[in-house]
Amino acid sequence: MSNVTWVRRRRAIGRFWADFRTHRAGVVGLVILAVAVVLALLAPLFIDASVTNVVSGTGAKMAPPSLDDPLGTDESGRSVLLMIWWGSRTSLLIGFLAALLSMVIGTVLGIAAGHFRGRIGAVILRVTDWFLVLPSLVTALVLAAILGGSTATIIVAIGVTSWPSTARLIRAQTLAVEARPYIERSLALGAGHWHITTRHVLPNVAPLLLASTTLEVASAIVTESTLAFLGVSANKTSWGTMLRGSYDWGAATAGAWWYILVPGLCIVTVVMAFTLCGRALETVLNPRLRTRAHA
Amino acid sequence: MTTAVEELEQTPVRHGLLRYGATKAGGALLSIAMVIVATFFLFRLLPGDPVRALAQGRNMTPEQLDLERARLGLDKSIPEQFLHFVGRTLRFDLGTSYEYKRPVLDLIGERIGSTLLLTGTALVLAVSLGLWQGARAGWKPGSKFDKVSTAISLVLWSVPTFWLGLLLLMVFAAGIGPIPGIFPTRGSSSVDKPDGFAGVLDVGQHMVLPCLTLVAVVYAQYLLVMRSSVIDEVGQDYITTARAKGLRDDDIRRKHAVPNALLPTVTLVFMRIGFVVGGAVTVEAIFSWPGLGQLFYEAIRVPDFTLMQGTFLLITVSVILMNTLADVVYHLLDPRVRSA
Repeated sequence: MSNVTWVRRRRAIGRFWADFRTHRAGVVGLVILAVAVVLALLAPLFIDASVTNVVSGTGAKMAPPSLDDPLGTDESGRSVLLMIWWGSRTSLLIGFLAALLSMVIGTVLGIAAGHFRGRIGAVILRVTDWFLVLPSLVTALVLAAILGGSTATIIVAIGVTSWPSTARLIRAQTLAVEARPYIERSLALGAGHWHITTRHVLPNVAPLLLASTTLEVASAIVTESTLAFLGVSANKTSWGTMLRGSYDWGAATAGAWWYILVPGLCIVTVVMAFTLCGRALETVLNPRLRTRAHA
Repeated sequence: MTTAVEELEQTPVRHGLLRYGATKAGGALLSIAMVIVATFFLFRLLPGDPVRALAQGRNMTPEQLDLERARLGLDKSIPEQFLHFVGRTLRFDLGTSYEYKRPVLDLIGERIGSTLLLTGTALVLAVSLGLWQGARAGWKPGSKFDKVSTAISLVLWSVPTFWLGLLLLMVFAAGIGPIPGIFPTRGSSSVDKPDGFAGVLDVGQHMVLPCLTLVAVVYAQYLLVMRSSVIDEVGQDYITTARAKGLRDDDIRRKHAVPNALLPTVTLVFMRIGFVVGGAVTVEAIFSWPGLGQLFYEAIRVPDFTLMQGTFLLITVSVILMNTLADVVYHLLDPRVRSA
């Protein structure tokens, strides 16, 4: 890659950042995300998986917040604060990886459906539409129940049921890019399918993909917590399994508000941060939205 | 004279509609066929011996297992099993539940009424509230009303359905602090359900919290869709014309902008029915609402794979049918699509 390209790219990133900074909500979301991710990554330096061990709870059972346990304890006397901290690792990991899987499937099939007109494109489109209609949560539940609820299966279950909207988006964008004259020039110079899709289409859809992935992480985290709450995930502590525990142990009727409120607020905060960030990215990167916002 | 002209104009339209309907029906049939095939292979993915998985936790002798295998046709080859499965499904034979020892179809029949009552009520409320609020918000984008509405929908979008349900359960059913528990925590009616009007009230009281949860979660989407749809209309020439004619702002909104914005929105509402179904499963599980969603949830908890397979088939097929219906109705209502 030549030097000129790099200078141009660095400038483009600089312009993008200057634009993104003007979206206050997006910046707030980004800061919250950075804090959440750093905390999750640093957790093993301070605590380990033993905080989720049922027999090693030190506090009283279902105790309200106190100086010892700032966010109260659960049914086995485990600290809710420490469990939230440790559980954030599972919730975020599943959110990121499921979104990544969904994006990879969606991008590959979306570009293929847009690039190969004719029969292949039609078949891919048909399959995409079929997946789009399926009730995704119900399908993910069935997949997770059949494959068993390990972290990997939950990721697969979410990824396999959430890619169709990305594929539609990427397909539309691919069609738009391939209508441009420089693709024709490229073809005339003898470019093959691989060259066109990876060198011309992919860089052009990448910005949209970034925005869409950010939003996808948000919905993957919600889906993970729902799957865990409905009981198809293994016993690994996540925010969703904690809420499952609060339901199983009757925290609502016992008035143990901290046990229900804290994990839920964590989910809402992180999901909202991803959504704000994703929406800001979309406004900055999607030319159609940009012109409308300035008009 | 006029009739001849009308006929000339109508015939191609009617033919187009018929052909459109036929294409859509064909597409729906193909989708349903794909669901049946996918379900067959999905449930063959079960790790290990399916009979053992189906009979999980029950003591069975090897002879019983063999008998069970023969009864389910599992001793045959995969293609034979497949044909058998397709044949049974087409005859609406969804097998027998292990948990209840009764035909899955009977179980579904008992539960479907409750689900239709709950989701139907929630859908009507969510659609009317979402469309009304979305239309007002989109009419004056950037206004205080718009900002509040967008913020509400953003928050509701981020709140997991089940957590909202848990909160409502904690505050309004169990009661917290000075607030007494005013609504029941579970079920669709009391054990000693009174007859007549009092009975209807009893069911209504049980329905408040689940319905509220479902409405809150789905209405945010409708609001956002309607809002952007109205914003699209605001810039159109006919709105300017209506203004130039001196119509009142409210009249322009109600009689000109909203009807035009309504069409794409209503279609989208029905296109996203799958999302509502997912919400219904969660809500029914939390509030023990005795509907299809709870049946599906119980099948997953046990796990009872025949019941799971049957409810999954029914749910997906109904969602596909709803979508097709929405497509055709849209085509029928919108002249712009029809002429294209």
